[in-house]
Amino acid sequence: MQSATTSSPLRLDLAIIPAILIAGFFAALVEAAKSPDSAMVMQAWTFAACMAGTVIWYLVTYADGIPKDEQSGYANDVIKAGVIASMFWGIAGMAVGLIIALQLSFPHLFYFPDLPWTNFGRMRPLHTSAVIFAFGGNALIATSFYVVQRTCRARLFGGSLPWFVFWGYNTFIVMAGTGYLEGITQSREYAEPEWYADIWLTLVWVSYLVVFLGTIIKRKEPHIYVANWFYLAFIVTIAMLHLVNNMAVPVSPLETKSFSLFSGVQDALTQWWYGHNAVGFFLTAGFLGIMYYFIPKRAERPIYSYRLSIIHFWTLIFIYIWAGPHHLLYTALPEWAQTLGMTFSVILWMPSWGGMINGLMTLSGAWDKLRTDPVIRMLVVSVAFYGMSTFEGPVMSVKTVNALSHYTNWTIGHVHSGALGWVGYVTFGALYCLVPWLWKKQRLYSNALVEWHFWISTLGIVLYITSMWVAGIMQGLMWRAYNDYGFLEYSFVEIVQAMHPYYIIRAAGGALYLTGVLIMAYNLWMTVRKGAPLVVAAPEPRVPDSAPAIQALPAGAVS
Amino acid sequence: MKHEILEKNSILLLIGILLVVAIGGAVEIAPLFWVNGTVEKVQGMRPYTPLELEGRNIYVREGCYVCHSQMIRSLRDEVERYGHYSLAAESMYDHPFQWGSERTGPDLARVGGKYSDGWHREHLIDPRAVVPESIMPPYAFLFAKPLDYRDIAAELKTNKAVGVPYTADQIANAKADIEAQADPNSDGIDAFRKRYPNAQARDFDDNPKEITEGDALIAYLQMLGTLVDFKTYHANAPENRR
Repeated sequence: MQSATTSSPLRLDLAIIPAILIAGFFAALVEAAKSPDSAMVMQAWTFAACMAGTVIWYLVTYADGIPKDEQSGYANDVIKAGVIASMFWGIAGMAVGLIIALQLSFPHLFYFPDLPWTNFGRMRPLHTSAVIFAFGGNALIATSFYVVQRTCRARLFGGSLPWFVFWGYNTFIVMAGTGYLEGITQSREYAEPEWYADIWLTLVWVSYLVVFLGTIIKRKEPHIYVANWFYLAFIVTIAMLHLVNNMAVPVSPLETKSFSLFSGVQDALTQWWYGHNAVGFFLTAGFLGIMYYFIPKRAERPIYSYRLSIIHFWTLIFIYIWAGPHHLLYTALPEWAQTLGMTFSVILWMPSWGGMINGLMTLSGAWDKLRTDPVIRMLVVSVAFYGMSTFEGPVMSVKTVNALSHYTNWTIGHVHSGALGWVGYVTFGALYCLVPWLWKKQRLYSNALVEWHFWISTLGIVLYITSMWVAGIMQGLMWRAYNDYGFLEYSFVEIVQAMHPYYIIRAAGGALYLTGVLIMAYNLWMTVRKGAPLVVAAPEPRVPDSAPAIQALPAGAVS
Repeated sequence: MKHEILEKNSILLLIGILLVVAIGGAVEIAPLFWVNGTVEKVQGMRPYTPLELEGRNIYVREGCYVCHSQMIRSLRDEVERYGHYSLAAESMYDHPFQWGSERTGPDLARVGGKYSDGWHREHLIDPRAVVPESIMPPYAFLFAKPLDYRDIAAELKTNKAVGVPYTADQIANAKADIEAQADPNSDGIDAFRKRYPNAQARDFDDNPKEITEGDALIAYLQMLGTLVDFKTYHANAPENRR
């Protein structure tokens, strides 16, 4: 720390951030000592451990003065950390998804009566949060940090603040995940973590905004690149949604439990305004930021239409916000709100497809790359899935369709065509690009393994979404089926039984998808370990041997 | 307007984004708090008894809402399968709401009184012992775990702070009311019945030795959807037309 401050006289971040971490550490110790709530004591120790770990990381990193990464042009190490974290959480979150899919398929094998934390109700939020916020969130933080530096030609703002965002965000993930298994939840879907975790996330998220906006402000490019509009909208809107949806009063500062400020119908709409826009801004706007940078970069073509980018951006963010009530059709929500929600959901189809067209058409003149580069194929297929699920969504939000589809597995299928196809694939594409770029390798360890990943996981997606479509539509039809005497034809449990084969197919699809991700992790790992380094990065000039000279000859010259 | 202005000024871009994303929520959510008739005026709604509230906390803790909805839509088959469609008034004391989003299991909005306490207990301990085709997780541990209700008064107070009309009397006697509701032969039962008219009081888990989490959860399940007096509610009355 001492030497860190000598080379640069004023490093506010190196004073304030460790102070916050140490304060957090001691606050957690006090909480652990005083709380009568055993769940809170566990959470407090977990938080204290995260704080201590981050402080130790700061000590080690800054022990010998400013680290090399901070003296070079762009901050890369924090992005590398984000890539690794995203990969790790992706595998963890999808593995949990597979387990809960198996629980629904084989309840007598995968439930453990003596282990309450293994039950579906506690593992399901672990799965959703791990894939959305841990896998997706780390990917968004990493890619946004990468993109904003290159497109602004400026180093990340805030010194070590990006590292605080990284460690702080992952602390939130650990708190949330361990909390779910303990049974700590607000029961607000995709916003389950309790009040103290929400307060911590607010601090981290504001820091994220400061880093991102600060970097844009000190940019050397006159224009703010379109990918950054999407990232900025994602960061700002998630902040707004998070603050409003998590308004709650804790029973006591020493307890995990809180009661939400709103109740019943108002609470329901607030939650689905949040829930739908977690999809709209976390899983869509953020990942569109990835699309707008990585597809043109990888295809080496400019964005198809600048004008379409502008229209896409403003209409998407304006219309998305209205779509929440389509989660509450035919419920006790007032009719006018339902109608507004449905109308805007249908309109939302247009900007969504505008974005899809902009992404796909960026390949104009480079379509041959789909054949030769499996990474760009993954990116393009992700945009195709985006188009498919953003068509399916408006269809499902039409009231008469929703009457059938709501509460069924069709919704699960719809979510996963977006999550596996769009969010998953666009992230995989970005990670396949980023690893060689960040670790300064010529190329990926194996393109063949990318092909295997692509085809295995595509097969997985197909099994997943088709089984859930069939199951969902069948479920909806069976619920409303009448016999000749005018009575309901099926009891509820008969319909549960009818789902059995489809649940098994779904689990198989999930297993294939996870297999693909494991192949990817191996490929990326080998790229870092064994990949040929970029020539410019070679540390010392060497006398070239004869092999490169032969390679340099034009193809065919030897034969 | 030239878009260039926004593209070259990060703060203007930020403000523009904030304005654009704030509109939808403001127009849709804010009126729900003041438009008359959003929540119907009904007879019979009362705040949860302390034991029911503890049961509800367990329902939330175990993630029951992940598979069970509590919102019967106004569709013919749902009304025939589950009962009268849910009213907004029925969740007016729910912080947070438990409408749910999936029906991996059946809707529970009106499960109260449909099955016996004994059925619930056996079903929660081992769902497949009662319903062989069920895919529900087992909750045997609820019946081995004494209910921790040390902080129940604080929970009622917090609910009052967010708008549930608990009286000072109800808050002061929260602990006693839990013990009375789980044991109808206790001394406190008359005072309990006075504070919560129409509440059901009995030993829900059939274990007189202690009040377990199972007691609380079954007490909650058995009151779900039973409060509103539908004899006095007329869906077609002008004030209830929405």
